[in-house]
Amino acid sequence: MEFLASLLPASLVTHAPAIIVVTPLMMAAVAAIMPNGRLGWGVTLISTMVSALLAIAIIVDVQTGGVVSYAMGGWAPPAGIEFRIDGLNAVLLLVIASLGLLSVIYALPSVADEIEKSRQSLFYSAFLVCFAGLIGVAITGDAFNMFVFLEISSISTYVLVGMGAERDRRALTAAYNYLILGTIGATFFVIGVGFLYMATGTLNMADMSSRLPDLSDSRVVQAAFAFIIVGLGLKAAMFPLHLWLPNAYAYAPNFVTSFLASTATKVAFYTLVRFLFDVFWPEAPFVEVSFLWVFAILGIIGMIVASVQAVFQDDARRLLAFSSVGQVGYMMLGLGMGTAAGVSASMLHLVNHAMMKGALFMALGAFAIRFGVRRISDLNGFSRSMPFTSVAFTIGGLSLVGVPMTVGFWSKWYLGVAALENGWWWAVVALILSSLIALTYVARMLAAIWVAEPHHDRTGAIAHARAPWLMLAPMWILAIANIWFFFQPEFLISMANAAAEAAFSGGAR
Amino acid sequence: MIEILAERFNFIIVIILMMTGLYAVVATGNLVKRLVGLSLFQTSVFFLYITIGKVFGGQPPILPEYSEGHGGGDTYGGDVVAASDYATDAAASSVSHADAGHYAAEAIYSNPLPHVLILTAIVVGVATLSVGLALVVRIRETYGTIEDEAINQADYAIDSARRNT
Amino acid sequence: MSPHLVLRVVSKLLIPLIVIFGLYVHFHGDYSPGGGFQAGVIVAAAVILYALIFGVDSAKQAVPTWFVKFLAAFGVLLYGGTGVATLVLGANFLDYDVLHPDLAHHSGQHIGIILVELGVLSTVFAVMMAIFYAFAGRAPDIPEGEW
Repeated sequence: MEFLASLLPASLVTHAPAIIVVTPLMMAAVAAIMPNGRLGWGVTLISTMVSALLAIAIIVDVQTGGVVSYAMGGWAPPAGIEFRIDGLNAVLLLVIASLGLLSVIYALPSVADEIEKSRQSLFYSAFLVCFAGLIGVAITGDAFNMFVFLEISSISTYVLVGMGAERDRRALTAAYNYLILGTIGATFFVIGVGFLYMATGTLNMADMSSRLPDLSDSRVVQAAFAFIIVGLGLKAAMFPLHLWLPNAYAYAPNFVTSFLASTATKVAFYTLVRFLFDVFWPEAPFVEVSFLWVFAILGIIGMIVASVQAVFQDDARRLLAFSSVGQVGYMMLGLGMGTAAGVSASMLHLVNHAMMKGALFMALGAFAIRFGVRRISDLNGFSRSMPFTSVAFTIGGLSLVGVPMTVGFWSKWYLGVAALENGWWWAVVALILSSLIALTYVARMLAAIWVAEPHHDRTGAIAHARAPWLMLAPMWILAIANIWFFFQPEFLISMANAAAEAAFSGGAR
Repeated sequence: MIEILAERFNFIIVIILMMTGLYAVVATGNLVKRLVGLSLFQTSVFFLYITIGKVFGGQPPILPEYSEGHGGGDTYGGDVVAASDYATDAAASSVSHADAGHYAAEAIYSNPLPHVLILTAIVVGVATLSVGLALVVRIRETYGTIEDEAINQADYAIDSARRNT
Repeated sequence: MSPHLVLRVVSKLLIPLIVIFGLYVHFHGDYSPGGGFQAGVIVAAAVILYALIFGVDSAKQAVPTWFVKFLAAFGVLLYGGTGVATLVLGANFLDYDVLHPDLAHHSGQHIGIILVELGVLSTVFAVMMAIFYAFAGRAPDIPEGEW
């Protein structure tokens, strides 16, 4: 990774935090006026590659030097807006940049198939705005700026989800409900930020974290905390605020689902960690109470209820969407432990889940582009029609359950270890229970693919097709990553530990 | 009781608008009315920011070497003392980066920051409203109705028909 | 005599004044409440008034759709371009001081702000017009008798 970072000139690397957000935004304007979809895709690919390279450079910088701080407009923080990357957002930056790049490679055949020709370049433009917004949320160090970028990414997400209406008209109501709930969540967040500004007089998160401990009895701060966790919890699909997620993921275009499932809720989860551990300090009485009674309990309920709901789904993508809600429950459980081990396990699961769900949704998209698959029964016998894609899907599914030999095993292992260190044996029981339920719904899909009789066409032959190369390559990169990182987990574990450390020591300049 | 009403009048309006907006979002089945409620809810947040950003006796935040020095200070029915203290702190710190000299120490400047925040939030609200209305227009064209229940019925009918084939 | 004569005459007088007021708000954003977003909305209101009185088709001849699309992208690129220019000149992103050597009067700041606000004006105007055209341009499916 250092080699890739050294390819860039040093002057570019010093301004990388600004360029990494500005490039997708400006290229979105360029992509909007492109005359056809292929050119739009080309512009998208170039800007995603630039952002990915810059992300690697920033991450290398953080790992060697500590915190990377960039003052926008030359105005020094805390008066000016600051982009601040430490161990906690380096992980997120890696996830967004790499999954963005892989999704864009995957996009060309998928979007050409699902979106009408005249709107393809506008679609790519909306995607670039979403990508820029997500990266902006990850790297900003200013609370209101975080709201702005969160809304930038969310509004473009509503548009992207709504574009699925060409295939399934329920995408429109899904996008509308997502809009209503997402805007309420973001508005709660901005109310909380307003209260924090009232109490501390500053919007810079590092500055807030140094001023807040003196104000722990202030009711304004406690109200701010409540508003912020509800607002961000809605964006992160914490149970019971997850109702927008299943429909939005099920009816959006396949490319959109595979990108969003890997990045959107993770970014909101990161902001939750940032506010809980960095801005507010975890020893505050009102924060400590929330760990067990809000995050851990809701995490466990989400894990179990969402997984049970997934078992009964007919539509393959809706099933995986409910499974995503369950996985967010795992992350909330890790957060609820309030210890560095718990946060580290959550961040590890964040990265792993991005890899797993990315591979799964990409595989489903490949099935859909060749055969128009929607329901699980449509998946019958695909192991004979599309073997490569089926194997990738199987690896992703096994990783979701947490079978050893896949990276999902490590995240469940570390979550269990962290829970036992805290003395929460009931959390381990819930983990095992929800893994068993996950096994049920994954087994259902795998049985359909590998065991069931395939659909024969009129001549009695079994249709064969191979997914387009541009779709197979990212899918297989993610599937192999699932297996590779089982045998070489040190990289991910060290990043997760650095993230937890940065969260707990936060505020240091 | 009357004192609380008089002093915290702005905040009471904020709460009334916020609850009205949220109730409209939750209680109505009409998609456009739901967006109107959302808009009302966001407007209450703007009021909150404006209220906490008021600096009594504040002049426009322009250094006197560039302006003629306008008179400041408005009368205002409520009392937001604690917020104005912190707001003044923030205003003082925000002009410290410029070459203020001795001018800044004597004058009380009003705080431009909450107004900029509200402006940004208004733009976000406008964008959200326009995307929402575009979705409602498409829903109307696709389903022929903008009532929540009718849309659910239509989808359920198609879904059960599909499941039975 | 057209039944809307009063409206047509008054709007012909008012629309240029609205545009001038929009530009006034834009250029005085440094010194009084105003700036790019407000100005963009005011100028868009002028064109929308024209469309309401004289019809969407005449408005589309005056401000065509391709121009609106181009202006939206142009505004974003102008804003971003100002930032990139400051990067190229060696300072942080959007650090306007390097745009002009006269640091005593902060000329760089003035130039930078005018440029970015121009970008905001273009984009906001274009987006408001695009939204109006998208909504107004759709064929009404309510029959004439049922209005």
